[in-house]
Amino acid sequence: MNSLFDVIFTTDFAFSVLRVTTPILFAALGALISNRAGIINIGMEGIMLVAALAGVIVSSYTHSAWVGLLGAVMSGTLIAGILAFFTLKFKTHIILGGVAINMFASGGTVFILYLLSGDKGSSTSLASKVLPSVEIPLLKDIPVLGPILSGHHILTYVSIIAVFVVYYLLNRTPLGLRIRSVGENPHAAQSVGVSVVKIQYMALLLSGFFAGLGGAYMSMGYLSLFTRDMIAGRGWIAIAAESMGRSTTVGTALTSLLFGTADALSNALQVLKIPAELIGTLPYVATVIGLVIYAVSETRKKNKKLKSPLVK
Amino acid sequence: MFKVKYFEYIRTSAVIVIALAIAFLIISLVSNQPVKTIGIFLFEPLSSKGHIGNVIEMAIPLMFTGLAVSLLFRANMFNLGAEGIFYFSGVVTSVLAIHLTLDGWLHPIVAIAAGSIVGALLSAIPGILKAKWNANELVTSLMFNNILFGVGLYLLNYHLRDAKAFANVSYKFEKTALLSKMVPGTRIHTGLIIVIVLIIAAHLFLYKTKWGYELRMTGINRNFARYSGMKTAKVIILVHLIAGFIAGMGGSVEVLGMYNRFQWTSLPGYGLDGALVAMLAKNNPLSVIGAALFLAYIRIGADMMARLSDVPSEMISIIQAIIILLISAEQFLKFWKNRMLLKEAKEA
Amino acid sequence: MNKALLEMRGITKVYPNGVVANKDVHFSLREGEIHAIAGENGAGKSTLMKIMFGMEEPSEGEIFIKGEKVKLQSAQDAIDRGIGMVHQHFMLVPSFTVAENMVLGMEPRKGVGINYAEAVRMTEETAKKYNLAVDPKAKVQDLTVGMKQKVEILKALLRGAKILVLDEPTAVLTPQETEELFRELKQLREQGHTIVFISHKLKEVKAICDRITIMRSGRSEGVFQTKDVTEQEISRLMVGRDVVLKYDKEILSIGEPVLTVQGLGVNDAHGKALLTDINFAVRGGQIIGIAGVEGNGQTQLIEALTGSLRGVSSQGSVLVKGKDIRESDILDIRKLGVSYIPEDRMHQGIASDASIADNLLSTQYRTKAMNKGPFLNGSRIAKLAVSLVEEFKVRCSGPSQPIGMLSGGNMQKVVVARECSTEPQLLIAEQPTRGVDIGAAQFIHQKLLELRSDDCAILLVSADLNEILEISDSLLVMYEGKIVAFFEEPSKVSEEELGLYMLGIHRQDEEQIRRAVNHV
Repeated sequence: MNSLFDVIFTTDFAFSVLRVTTPILFAALGALISNRAGIINIGMEGIMLVAALAGVIVSSYTHSAWVGLLGAVMSGTLIAGILAFFTLKFKTHIILGGVAINMFASGGTVFILYLLSGDKGSSTSLASKVLPSVEIPLLKDIPVLGPILSGHHILTYVSIIAVFVVYYLLNRTPLGLRIRSVGENPHAAQSVGVSVVKIQYMALLLSGFFAGLGGAYMSMGYLSLFTRDMIAGRGWIAIAAESMGRSTTVGTALTSLLFGTADALSNALQVLKIPAELIGTLPYVATVIGLVIYAVSETRKKNKKLKSPLVK
Repeated sequence: MFKVKYFEYIRTSAVIVIALAIAFLIISLVSNQPVKTIGIFLFEPLSSKGHIGNVIEMAIPLMFTGLAVSLLFRANMFNLGAEGIFYFSGVVTSVLAIHLTLDGWLHPIVAIAAGSIVGALLSAIPGILKAKWNANELVTSLMFNNILFGVGLYLLNYHLRDAKAFANVSYKFEKTALLSKMVPGTRIHTGLIIVIVLIIAAHLFLYKTKWGYELRMTGINRNFARYSGMKTAKVIILVHLIAGFIAGMGGSVEVLGMYNRFQWTSLPGYGLDGALVAMLAKNNPLSVIGAALFLAYIRIGADMMARLSDVPSEMISIIQAIIILLISAEQFLKFWKNRMLLKEAKEA
Repeated sequence: MNKALLEMRGITKVYPNGVVANKDVHFSLREGEIHAIAGENGAGKSTLMKIMFGMEEPSEGEIFIKGEKVKLQSAQDAIDRGIGMVHQHFMLVPSFTVAENMVLGMEPRKGVGINYAEAVRMTEETAKKYNLAVDPKAKVQDLTVGMKQKVEILKALLRGAKILVLDEPTAVLTPQETEELFRELKQLREQGHTIVFISHKLKEVKAICDRITIMRSGRSEGVFQTKDVTEQEISRLMVGRDVVLKYDKEILSIGEPVLTVQGLGVNDAHGKALLTDINFAVRGGQIIGIAGVEGNGQTQLIEALTGSLRGVSSQGSVLVKGKDIRESDILDIRKLGVSYIPEDRMHQGIASDASIADNLLSTQYRTKAMNKGPFLNGSRIAKLAVSLVEEFKVRCSGPSQPIGMLSGGNMQKVVVARECSTEPQLLIAEQPTRGVDIGAAQFIHQKLLELRSDDCAILLVSADLNEILEISDSLLVMYEGKIVAFFEEPSKVSEEELGLYMLGIHRQDEEQIRRAVNHV
């Protein structure tokens, strides 16, 4: 047990937690926006994968990491746009649409990778660029906090800023107000002339945007290349995190951090001889438990409403 | 001219035609010899007994999961948990295949039965959560996919792993546990018979028994079912049990029919493919056979194409995605359906 | 000559399923008046209102605003033209504050974000201008119903509504809140607004409205100054019969009570009484009709008879063949020999994607007759379907046709066929001919009378006067969750008199009702 504590209570561990949380946080924020608008985007995993590949390809062809980032984000938004198009115009069921996106991504990325690089496993033959890590002056010299908070990849800082941006977007802007109204009572929105379809389109595009950032981080920061299926379930964990965070920005950010910690822990816990495979199921188990608690309490509330006191 | 009831067939065919057209388009853009490559994609699976066997052997697990998902969709349950059940039941079966010694006819039955029953019980959990507390079955089933994968992989890596083998695989199964091959020259195994029997049984169940009737009515309109006196909560749990049983059997059969060690270190994907099969089959058990064969055919076609030409097989994922997007798009060709409906109403 | 502010001429609306909701309706609104549109459910007032607010387009007819012809194709069109609507079911976002709901869609900006201070100020300003006190920072979900309605009204006023359309506004208000609403409406009139007040509550219409347009069966029966008409006259126009169908009813000797309801009382979660002291009995070979305008407790009563009281506390008793069924579920109740034709055809009566045969089977699929071992007896089921389709003259292409493709009347015939075919001892029929064409309605009535001859006890709930007066052996009237009248012989009651009880204008005294029920 001591050895476990030795591992956990270090600044290195805290640093790794932030590092690992980044992609989960991005995707969870994206899922949050679309959920608030009343549509559930389960294609996050697939969108992240496509964005990861796009970042690698664009950066290697333009020799610029930043253009690569742009490519990743645009591709994420584009895929989300395709999902939105089929769902809102052709009335494809949003869940099946998400399944299609994931299916497309897992094979399609390998397909495109092979065509461009001749390799199905990874993009080593492409000279892709990586976005920089940043040392924050002054902060880096603070004991304890410095090593934890400074020196991260730039997208990690972006993800933290994103939390505030999304909070502000949802709670303080007209678009956010409309998104929330569409999600909570679409009739109310319609009655004042807010187009439900337009808002849901926007929300899906935004979810693709954030998933794109998450994917870019994976291939241009966490790792410096693309490998097949590299998202490795983080998109699903993000969906779980958003679900457990009860669709609030703060809740989502916290549960993303929690799941990121679990991910970082899984290495550390091997010291305790708990297998990584089982640790990996923790976020999902937590979500199921959270969901059950919620469902039970909702059902109890509904039943209480129907029961009536005795007439005297 | 066209009757409305054939509309669905027309629409499905239109979707397939469009998807194949896009496939041809991609091949033309990518390949140096497009016509030859398209030919390989379309016809190579039929070119030899072995290849036809490949198609059929791939169709077997797709029939299992397609059937399981069809039943869930029929009950209006958006449960995509066949993936995790398939995998985990494979693990359970492997345990029995490795550690038991039984007669050659009994061993597979016991191993498969164990896998199926475990599958049923695990699948019942999201079912109960939905029936009693209205917990979203989509989210719970997706979570369970990952949970079962994690636990199954753990069992493989820590309890079943054969250290002497070069890859991350389990110990060898006892020979007695394996399913026998049916058609010489191919790898088609007796699982084919099992799944066809299961499909026929499912068809009879769905259309010719009162439980199947309750399932269908609950799926079409749960309120209507309730007002007719049906216990819809029980129906929901039952369909989850049955679907889990079938998906579990699928995993078990696939493991014992095609392998002699358990070697899946990632989710094999048959669960999600099963959703595609169910959509193509319009949730009809008998149509699952055709839909599974179709999907297997184009998959093998893509594999052959990858081997014999310059187009990678992963192209098929793109085609599958397009099929899903189009086939579940209600508005696709809807204007045509409405015109036909109006015409028929006038003639009536 | 006052030029009409809003005029709707020759409005006809036919829905795709054939229902004629409005037929050549004229409606004219003068500036600065409070104008009522009165009519029963199904009279066509909701449709007229939807057309007025751009939510539906008329099949025929024109709309003029201040003499200018307009086409209203969306709610936004109506809002732009100064028409604001207060719906019966509020269009508010529960978790938002009042101010947020007010400015949704027209949010004041401060840079990129919303200027909340300005939103609050706008709300307060509007509230003050119209003297409708609301707390801009309160969350809508915490407000009382009366307050929510004020927010809805302010929402419309903020968007520049000069014409306010209120749909059954007092349906959900307490008497005090209603009074307050009337004060507010009068004040709005002082300030130059025009109000359309849609209601069937005649006392209120008389109290506050200047003119009244009466609608019945999709037509307008005329426009009147409310001071020039009595409630009785309005009632006669609202509630009269168009077609009088006569049936030959056998005089039967009635048997034992199959359904006995004694002192039934049920409250909702807030303590408001849904049903109060309901007493009646239905005997074999007898049809008891319950008349009343929809929304006066009939739905709650039928729910109580079909299993909704399970796990809920109630007073009194409900006995079917001597057994108190308040704790039974619908299957147990059906097993006692009860059949039920629900009023919500689409959500409870049928499974629209399933075949006619499947829909006919739902009450019989468990029986030994329909099963052969573990399997359903396909041939017997087919025979049943064919014979019922024939007997009930269902116009379809065959029993395997999806029921959703049939017309409303034919769908209902399938429902009636199914429920009558189990030889029930008690049939509960809720609005059995609503939305059904005259031929099918007649047919259904004949079938009910046949069942009656077979000694079945029938409880008929209907807002259709013709039906209830012609079919029932005896007749109860419900108003606001209570029984307010009992008529032993419907042929001796005039429609006008019935209308007065239905609209709460008259009421028999308790002793009269109780005596009459027990006497039968």
